[in-house]
Amino acid sequence: MAEGDVQTPPMLDAAVAFGRILRGVGLRVGTDRVVGFARALEELDAGRREDVYWAGRITLVSRPEELENYDRAFELFWDKGASAKARPRPKIRFSIPQPDRSVMPPKKTVEKSERGEEAVKLRYSPVEVLRQKDFALYSPEEFAELQRLIADLRLSGAMKKSRRLEPAHRGRHDPRRTLRGAMRTGGEAVRHRFRKARVRPRRVVLLCDVSGSMAAYSRALLRFLHAGVISGARLEAFSIGTRLTRITKELATRDPDQALRQASGAVKDISGGTRLGDAMKEFVDRWGQRGMARGAVVVVLSDGWDRGDVAVLAEQMQRISRLAHRVIWVNPLKSAPGYKPLAAGMAAALPHVDVFLSGHNFESLEELAEAIADAAWRDR
Amino acid sequence: MTEAANGRRGALPPGVSRSGDLSARLREHDYLADEGLATAIFLALKLGRPLFLEGEAGVGKTEVAKVLSRILQTPLIRLQCYEGIDVFQAVYEWDYARQLLHIRAAEALGTEEDPRRLERDLYTHEFLVSRPLLQALEHRGPQPPVLLIDEVDRSDDEFEAFLLEILSDFAVTIPELGTIQADRPPVAVLTSNRTREVHDALKRRCLYFYIEHPSFEREVEIVRLRVPEAENTLARQVAAAVERLRAMDLYKPPGVAETIDWTEALVALGAKELDESVVRATIGSVLKYREDQQRAANAGLSALVSGVGGAGG
Repeated sequence: MAEGDVQTPPMLDAAVAFGRILRGVGLRVGTDRVVGFARALEELDAGRREDVYWAGRITLVSRPEELENYDRAFELFWDKGASAKARPRPKIRFSIPQPDRSVMPPKKTVEKSERGEEAVKLRYSPVEVLRQKDFALYSPEEFAELQRLIADLRLSGAMKKSRRLEPAHRGRHDPRRTLRGAMRTGGEAVRHRFRKARVRPRRVVLLCDVSGSMAAYSRALLRFLHAGVISGARLEAFSIGTRLTRITKELATRDPDQALRQASGAVKDISGGTRLGDAMKEFVDRWGQRGMARGAVVVVLSDGWDRGDVAVLAEQMQRISRLAHRVIWVNPLKSAPGYKPLAAGMAAALPHVDVFLSGHNFESLEELAEAIADAAWRDR
Repeated sequence: MTEAANGRRGALPPGVSRSGDLSARLREHDYLADEGLATAIFLALKLGRPLFLEGEAGVGKTEVAKVLSRILQTPLIRLQCYEGIDVFQAVYEWDYARQLLHIRAAEALGTEEDPRRLERDLYTHEFLVSRPLLQALEHRGPQPPVLLIDEVDRSDDEFEAFLLEILSDFAVTIPELGTIQADRPPVAVLTSNRTREVHDALKRRCLYFYIEHPSFEREVEIVRLRVPEAENTLARQVAAAVERLRAMDLYKPPGVAETIDWTEALVALGAKELDESVVRATIGSVLKYREDQQRAANAGLSALVSGVGGAGG
């Protein structure tokens, strides 16, 4: 279609400029996508608005969440005329996630504590004491130490136990190995071989409440989520506040501080109020029912305070319990002497919960790791 | 040069040179695509790139592959993904039973004494069982086949990485046999219900389209096209009711497939118009969860049927 032997598609310049704008509002537009866009324009009528619009949507967008920003950027660039001389003033608002540092202490504090003072502090908080100390009473230095403890927790060990496809004495016939054996015995399958189907752990979905009432605990619990995500297990992490945010990707960084910073950047409503029922509903609607919760181990880490309608929460927990293999609820308040599930949300959710744990200190996290491993591996 | 390369990769049906032509062709085969989807399919065929379709269950993702195979008059090869799917189920497997028999026969007849040659005989095409992906690559014909990779989101990461490789090279290597390369890349259609995010690298290989529920007018058209026995009034009422159901915050909002099912059920009952009693009798064909049926009932079934077409307010 190109005339002569011009190598660059004619629309490439415009495509590159548009791609840059999209990248600026968070779309994952690499060079390959931009080239794809230019190619697509060549096949369509680049003078026609609809064609340009669709060519871009098809080649530059890869998730429905991006559509809104795409539409706005399109309007800004093509309709308001970036081709015109004046630089378009961004009158239109884009939703760009703003980093929020409220989960994490400022980076400096952490660094300082990790270097000097921690050694001193540790003398006063021996590990044994720390294991039982309530997270709400932790000092920043102790959080640094907690990181080390959690790294040793071997949530990964529990979940990634090697269960490869193993030769077995009974089970499914293994024709591949039987045949190999038969070749050695002149085509006679003297010994039949068997194998057991590889057992894979169930998916684990962790939903961590980051609302104001959980502030004392969510910092430690998010570290637990981080340890789980980087363990390489099949694990998904969400935060619950006024809304639901998927943070698996943000937590997938080795460096825990960076991971938590990224996650808190993704979570917009940290330490706000909880609408637990609505968030759970969003989880089931968007992720759970479509397959993420099916046969999975679902862990909710929350004190059960719900500013919304608890009937919604009860209904959603029932849906989850029908989809999931096991529902584990972790409530840091449970450890208080004489605890009763007074929070209306907690009371509404409990009938649909299989395992109810406390999660207020390191020991209880060990218990939780054990319970998750049990549910994901053993009771199948 | 360009011409030849285009001819090799592209797979537009004869007589189609613009996306509008394709749209008309899709309609002839009872598939109503809006401009965006028609453009996406057109580009996928023209540029020879896989098409990645995402959207709620029942919006007609799988149908795209089916109608394409009819338009291109080429076989549809379908790979249904599921958790734990691996190369042996997706690409190839050796036919062990026949291989064993072959060894036995060779021994009984004494035709082959050299075990190494016997082994070489065993790992030939004759004993290979082709699974969908290999079938698609091996296909020889005037037009490449349509390869439907359904519900990619159900497979796991390792398999996704493998798909990425196949969709880049359109070739697979079987250790015992060598590399099998497609004559012409198949028309690949991947679908996802978004139970999880599919890796961006895979999406980058593809053209992407998110299919939404159709607009009211289009849905009426679809119903008329797919259930021609339905009266116009009925079709409009059904489409309006379905639109209201979708706004109702249900667990499983009805897709186009449910709209068609419902209309068929109504036609089978001889309904000419929608009223509360026929809705009650047939609600099971649109809403498949008891909770959803209850929610609709609580909202009032009469509200579903009021105000459209002949019914009047």
